[in-house]
Amino acid sequence: MSKQLPVVGGHPTGFGATSRPDNWWVGPAATFLGLLTFLAYAHWAAFQGEHYYAHSYLSPFYSPVLWTDLAAAGSAPVEHAWLGIWPEWWPSFLPKSPALLILVFPAGFRFTCYYYRKAYYRSFAGSPPGCSVGPMAPSGKTYHGEGRLLLFQNLHRYFMYAALLYIPILFYDAFLAFYNGGNWGVGVGCFVLLLNASLLSCYTLGCHSFRHLIGGRSDCMTPCGKATTQFKLWKMSTWFNGRHMAFAWVSLFWVGFTDLYVRLVSMGVIHDYNTW
Amino acid sequence: MAERTFRIWRGDSEGGDFVEYKSEVGEGQVVLDVLHTIQAHQANDLALRWNCKAGKCGSCSMEINGKPKLACMTRMNMYEPGETITCQPLKAFPVVRDLVPDVSWNYKQNKRIAPFKCKPADADGKHRMYQEDIDRVQEFRKCIECFMCQDVCHVLRDRDRKDAFAGPRYMIRVAGLEMNPLDDEDRIPELKHELGVAMCNITRCCTEVCPEHINITDNGIIPMKERVVDRFYDPLLIAFRALTGRRKRTKLRTVESTKE
Repeated sequence: MSKQLPVVGGHPTGFGATSRPDNWWVGPAATFLGLLTFLAYAHWAAFQGEHYYAHSYLSPFYSPVLWTDLAAAGSAPVEHAWLGIWPEWWPSFLPKSPALLILVFPAGFRFTCYYYRKAYYRSFAGSPPGCSVGPMAPSGKTYHGEGRLLLFQNLHRYFMYAALLYIPILFYDAFLAFYNGGNWGVGVGCFVLLLNASLLSCYTLGCHSFRHLIGGRSDCMTPCGKATTQFKLWKMSTWFNGRHMAFAWVSLFWVGFTDLYVRLVSMGVIHDYNTW
Repeated sequence: MAERTFRIWRGDSEGGDFVEYKSEVGEGQVVLDVLHTIQAHQANDLALRWNCKAGKCGSCSMEINGKPKLACMTRMNMYEPGETITCQPLKAFPVVRDLVPDVSWNYKQNKRIAPFKCKPADADGKHRMYQEDIDRVQEFRKCIECFMCQDVCHVLRDRDRKDAFAGPRYMIRVAGLEMNPLDDEDRIPELKHELGVAMCNITRCCTEVCPEHINITDNGIIPMKERVVDRFYDPLLIAFRALTGRRKRTKLRTVESTKE
């Protein structure tokens, strides 16, 4: 390839350099703070290992519960744990938190999500921090995009498969929330859990990989001119996909809020209004 | 009428600088109108490219206050009354003169893409395609080749990786061909190995600047990335194809249908 002529035109160069007079940094800064706040809270909550169960409410950070440590305050009852009580062979230096056993899949789903990739490439990696704004380390041939070290992003669809399994589990948790000690009733927490499962569904169904695998991979979704189920599903996913960023943020906030709500009810800090 | 200040970059491939002009701006005028006024009364030698003045030819793309925009579609009342308007040529391409860049590199990328190859006709000799499938491809045909998406792409603009990435305009060109139900060419290997789809880190600036509102990232580049994953990175699909002898694209289907 022939060598390009030198770039001239009065364009500033360097990290963050731009001719834009507007506050382009507000978006990436808000994204940075929003994601950092969630990450800090989620890590703290996941390592607690207690106060994740109250009444019949189970925090989504801890669902599904594989093993439960009955000695921990606010832990799930043993009938809620898929594999029973926490095994004795568990190394003492590792925290006994059910969240740490299951969070890798939803966390991996979010981390490799096409929307979040945009969000953290811009706000954390400055690559670039804004449109027509100078990126970090702009020159040279060291930039390889999503090749080489970032090839693992291509596994997004496998995290999506796992995330799809969580949806019926979370809806089942919301269903169980209406039964406290075997008695049917309604509490604020029931709706918090139900909305959480619904928002996570909206986010997952708009996933780009889901949209591709459900129909986008095909060039001909309407053989004979008739809309197939595949085409209808693709259209449905396309609708969610158009709102993927909105659902990504709303569901992220709500899943954190749901954990906080259950935690505060379990700790007795707030009262859950209910019919029980 | 109100007087507005314009900072216009004047120069050529050897260098140049900003020159300030003041011009009267009338109601309803766009940036291109004011540039023409400046050209007519103050700088007869100002070089700028334009043609349709209707946002459909893509000729007058330039950077206005740091953002790639079509000068003919950028209304002056978008800016505050006292705001200075800065006009620069597109950064990603070499400057010919003043606001005119040399965009010929883009046309070379286009030539690298395998053209449309039609599938064999149906048994009655006709080719059929249906509106629902075409709608998806039609979006990419709206492209007016203003090259603002190429300009704002940091891979081309700041990282100088024109050797590795053809740019978002040509990602959607490939997408438009690959998704065409009557096309029978296989461009997935060249998309990965030659056109460099992996260089895109989907920060969506191309989509944000597109004057035709083409959803370049969500509808073009990401579906192409997913097809590359199908072919090269999904271990289950690779194993499935190895076991069944099926290929992802249509080349074999053509052979099979020809046999029939």
